[in-house]
Amino acid sequence: MSTPTRAPERDPGRGSIATGAKRPGDGIFRGTATAAGTLILLTLAAVAAFLMWQSLPAFTTDDEIPRGSLTAYIGPLLFGTVLAAVIALVVATPVAVGIGLFISHFAPRRAAQGLGYLVDLLAAVPSIVYGIWGAVVLSQAMLPIYGWLADNLGFIPLFAGPASASGRTIFTAGLVLAVMVLPIITALARDIFLQTPRLHEEAALALGATRWEMIRYAVLPYARSGVVSAAMLGLGRALGETMAVALVLSVSNVVTFNLISNTNPGTIAANIALQFPEAAGVETNVLIASGLALFVITFLVNFAARWIVARSGVKA
Amino acid sequence: MAKLIDVSDLNIYYGSFLAVEDVSMTIEPRAVTALIGPSGCGKSTFLRSLNRMHEVIPDARVEGKVVMDGQDLYDKDVDPVSVRQHIGMVFQRPNPFPTMSIYDNVAAGVRLNAKRMRKKDMDDLVESSLRGANLWNEVKDRLDKPGMGLSGGQQQRLCIARAIAIRPSVLLMDEPCSALDPISTLAVEDLIAELKNEYTIVIVTHNMQQAARVSDQTGFFNLAAIGKPGRLIELDSTSTIFSNPSQKATEDYISGRFG
Repeated sequence: MSTPTRAPERDPGRGSIATGAKRPGDGIFRGTATAAGTLILLTLAAVAAFLMWQSLPAFTTDDEIPRGSLTAYIGPLLFGTVLAAVIALVVATPVAVGIGLFISHFAPRRAAQGLGYLVDLLAAVPSIVYGIWGAVVLSQAMLPIYGWLADNLGFIPLFAGPASASGRTIFTAGLVLAVMVLPIITALARDIFLQTPRLHEEAALALGATRWEMIRYAVLPYARSGVVSAAMLGLGRALGETMAVALVLSVSNVVTFNLISNTNPGTIAANIALQFPEAAGVETNVLIASGLALFVITFLVNFAARWIVARSGVKA
Repeated sequence: MAKLIDVSDLNIYYGSFLAVEDVSMTIEPRAVTALIGPSGCGKSTFLRSLNRMHEVIPDARVEGKVVMDGQDLYDKDVDPVSVRQHIGMVFQRPNPFPTMSIYDNVAAGVRLNAKRMRKKDMDDLVESSLRGANLWNEVKDRLDKPGMGLSGGQQQRLCIARAIAIRPSVLLMDEPCSALDPISTLAVEDLIAELKNEYTIVIVTHNMQQAARVSDQTGFFNLAAIGKPGRLIELDSTSTIFSNPSQKATEDYISGRFG
């Protein structure tokens, strides 16, 4: 360090260390990466700004707002959005974890691969197809089940009935959403299960654990935070899903936990899709304000997911 | 409690690849048997076949007999899960369950075997297992802290405590000190010397001084060439193997004139 000038003398062929050489590749890569990172922030900011700017008139207007006030309009929609998404998640997460575990730890290798592709294929089906399937097939298939639920479990508020005659209930919508978010959650859960360190699995097996016990001791604790974030990603998709819900659900914009009757809350995204073409003036602004509410809810869900993951985080 | 294991004509495969060929040996109870040999000679594979951990790997299988207490461990009626409850294992790298406390790590094996235990009995078992692994004095004040917070050597002794908590007859150790510093290694070696009073111990090691220090009998594995199956060349008392082996290959290996 004290003799930087003597090195070139001893090794004249190599030149000084301080050549001032620039390495352009580094700079270009750094610039591209920074630009990409900035772009996503800008996009998000632009969307938020657009939503706030366009929904502002809905807050300040003196004109007639549908259903009296903004909260009375958006409230039931928000409720329906969250309810349908929660139904989807409650149904889809256990199934997804089951499929993920089957693929990663139970199925013979060849079957596992085929099943994996099949699940990925589910994600490629357009949402409108799920919507039609839900409206035409699933809602009909659910009719006897709704009847049975209303007759036998009617004392539970969720199944108070009277059972819908069309089957196009919030529960049906939730089930369609469940099928749609299933591939996302399954694919992520499977990948996490497969990443479980062999060392942990063998630790459990060597103690005399059965396969299920090994999964309980080694795989699930390792995968827990990952499964939570997978479920939250699914929730994000369920919250924003539009076409499938718009096609399936028969809406009467009420707040009710009765899942199987013919009066159902709508969802924000579906409501926008259905109302927007005919909206004019402040109605448009009100719809955009409901979009802002959805934006905020999605954000909160993601923050909550991060918080849960950070709290239960496992260093493996 | 300690048991004798009789291995005869054991062939161990990965799919169609024969990894270890025709091993026959007797593993003495209340003694330490060390397995030495160059990398890839199949000593770890052989070790894992003793408690049926080998077959955990897809397509892996075993032919031949491993008899303990008159019972062939590879008999059709034998459940590998119960084999592993009788033959415990310690791995190359310490692997405590990362989400569990020190206490829960030690208790894990017992809880697995679905034995309901009163809190007091469990406390006693955890204490005696940790004492057995020479770890009690270092962790008694922080039993509810994560096992991953311990040093590498302490983690490895925690894993030994976890293994002996289910009271196995045999303890298999797969290079238990290879990830440890010399002081932790010494602690584990001292522990092995104590444990052999109660357990049959089989240890795989790359460290020949370690084999010489801790073991009563030593088996030397070798393979003719890469891709050829590993074989047991020689099994004898440790002092004989290290002073006067009957095979030229053994002598070359332990004197460092290998290959």
